[in-house]
Amino acid sequence: MSSSNQAMDRFVSGEYRHGFVTPVESDTLPPGLSEEVIRAISARKEEPDWMLQRRLKAYHHWLTMTEPDWAHLRHPPIDFNGISYYSAPKRDKDAPKSLDEIDPQLLETYRKLGIPVEEQKALAGVAVDAVFDSVSVATTFRKTLHEAGVIFCSMSEAVREHPELVQKYLGSVVPHTDNFFASLNSAVFSDGTFVYIPEGVRCPMELSTYFRINEAKTGQFERTLIVAEAGSHVSYLEGCTAPMRDENQLHAAVVELVAMEDARIKYSTVQNWYPGDAQGRGGIYNFVTKRGDCHGDRSHISWTQVETGSAITWKYPSCILRGDDSVGEFYSVAVTRGRQQADTGTKMIHMGRNTRSTIVSKGISAGEGQNAYRGLVRMTPKAENARNHTQCDSLLIGERCGAHTFPYMEVRNPTAKVEHEATTSKIGDDQLFYCRQRGLSEEDAVSLIVNGFCKEVFNELPMEFAVEAQKLLNVTLEGAVG
Amino acid sequence: MLNIEKLQVSVDDKPILNGVDLKVNAGEVHAIMGPNGSGKSTLAHILAGRDGYAVTGGTVSFEGENLLALEPEERAHRGVFLAMQYPVELPGVNNMVFMKTALNAVRTARGEAALDAVGFMKLVRERLRLVQMDERFLKRNVNAGFSGGEKKRNEILQMAVLEPKLAILDETDSGLDIDAMRVVADGVNALRSPERAMIVVTHYQRLLDYIEPDFVHVLAGGRIVRSGDRTLAQELEEKGYGWLEQEDAA
Repeated sequence: MSSSNQAMDRFVSGEYRHGFVTPVESDTLPPGLSEEVIRAISARKEEPDWMLQRRLKAYHHWLTMTEPDWAHLRHPPIDFNGISYYSAPKRDKDAPKSLDEIDPQLLETYRKLGIPVEEQKALAGVAVDAVFDSVSVATTFRKTLHEAGVIFCSMSEAVREHPELVQKYLGSVVPHTDNFFASLNSAVFSDGTFVYIPEGVRCPMELSTYFRINEAKTGQFERTLIVAEAGSHVSYLEGCTAPMRDENQLHAAVVELVAMEDARIKYSTVQNWYPGDAQGRGGIYNFVTKRGDCHGDRSHISWTQVETGSAITWKYPSCILRGDDSVGEFYSVAVTRGRQQADTGTKMIHMGRNTRSTIVSKGISAGEGQNAYRGLVRMTPKAENARNHTQCDSLLIGERCGAHTFPYMEVRNPTAKVEHEATTSKIGDDQLFYCRQRGLSEEDAVSLIVNGFCKEVFNELPMEFAVEAQKLLNVTLEGAVG
Repeated sequence: MLNIEKLQVSVDDKPILNGVDLKVNAGEVHAIMGPNGSGKSTLAHILAGRDGYAVTGGTVSFEGENLLALEPEERAHRGVFLAMQYPVELPGVNNMVFMKTALNAVRTARGEAALDAVGFMKLVRERLRLVQMDERFLKRNVNAGFSGGEKKRNEILQMAVLEPKLAILDETDSGLDIDAMRVVADGVNALRSPERAMIVVTHYQRLLDYIEPDFVHVLAGGRIVRSGDRTLAQELEEKGYGWLEQEDAA
């Protein structure tokens, strides 16, 4: 079984079985946010001063901002001073050079989650940069990637080992002033992934990472940066899981992608965070800023996501189509059931000539789930001959859920073309009866109809993700009917 | 094969079937005719196990088992098939994938091995030939964008693939012009066999010119008021349902 199959197995459990906490000695800061806390975070991570200064600048800017409230979302106010902004497992000063040096309890955590780190060398060859709470632990397959010239490491490590790259690109796509949560993230980000693909290199394997929020009231502020130089290709898989807790947990990540001339970045996400209990309590708040800069001509960035977890999902993976002939794509399946809420979509900003964007958004609502698609397609005055096609489909399961669409189209160039299609459908009793009369169980019927609905998006996922995403969807929708 | 005794069914507390008796044996084709509102579709749906109907009396046994105690998919596994009057669309679900999934569900329930893609393709091609339908049907999504006639033919194709023991055709001719009806009828006739029983529910006699029934029953006021052979259908066509009421009154 490939390593990513193993990695994905944890999503496929019949019930949410990741409700456990690893009792590892944690170096956790008391709740609250202040300049002191930021200095403490920077010190614990042994960051150079330039990084600390960036954080402080972001923090002071954040203090001037107000939390946005325009989303189609309802939640109790977040107490930003009630969150601890750093949690790292205690470990030796020296970073582990081999897996033997890793805290056995952490390895046990990975085993419980279905990722035997030791086996990965023998398997299909997906490098895993495992982030435990706020600190990166093991990175394998460095050697193979190193030989190709690919840099794939934690953000913390990148700040230390590749400062010139980080200084050049960090904040170039999502500046610290961008929005409330990005500002916060820029001040307190704990860790994340850094990927750099040199010119002309096709990354020899798919890269992936996953996160775990362990401590209660620990905000997870991941920061990821992927830079693809001219002519390079990379495919990155992001999958998340989190244990059951009683308090809401805020996840405000920032992901920046930079694609130079003729470069391609494919970013795939399967998100299955704890959605809250039947009363809607305790789930993860997933407020993420993801943006790709199609910087060079003919560059190509594609975002593919399957979002089935979290109490609240608020994210708009976007593309800035700067280079001429550049292409941006967004494929999404977002499921809300129980009391989940989602306000998600994308922004495609066309600046260059002959740029193209494709948006396929599939929203599935069940139970009392509320699913909103919010998409912006902006054709700036210089976007000669730019094209967008948007397909926004909603599937309603049951009588109490909701699907909402907020498309924004701003066209300032007369040669640009924007197409928007939207459908809304139900899984009705008639359809279920039809399938059952032919011999399918109700579960199989829902699964068949939902998979048919999501097919277009699943086809865009890397193979191993696609198969598991289907299973995840089935598991997620178990019992959603009736 | 099928034994319906004194069946009483209500919908929203309104009695629709008031004591239906019907016996169907393998190899037989029974036509159920009757005026609007007589309960023909109710009978078809109750046999298939649709929600929304309350059985208030009587029994239905299928091959010795209490049919009413089984879920719709369980009835399908036992070989009951309902060709629907208004087949629904399943957007995004490919026709061939749907039929293969259904067939394998039935086969697995019967303890038979599921067919793989190649095996299924072989089977479906043979069935297409039998009912004179075209491979185009396989490529489309279930009933999506199908014309009325195509939907009915898709029902027959599914029947051909699933090979049921008891096939109930609910107003298979409704909404069809003469030519389409003939094509559908040819398909149904190709599937007649000594092991299979059929119940053809219809309004109009003309379908029965093409699918010649062994028995004709008239459902009126929630009961079978008259049974006979093909000639009964012709009499009804000539004299109308009102004639029966007069005859009964007499």
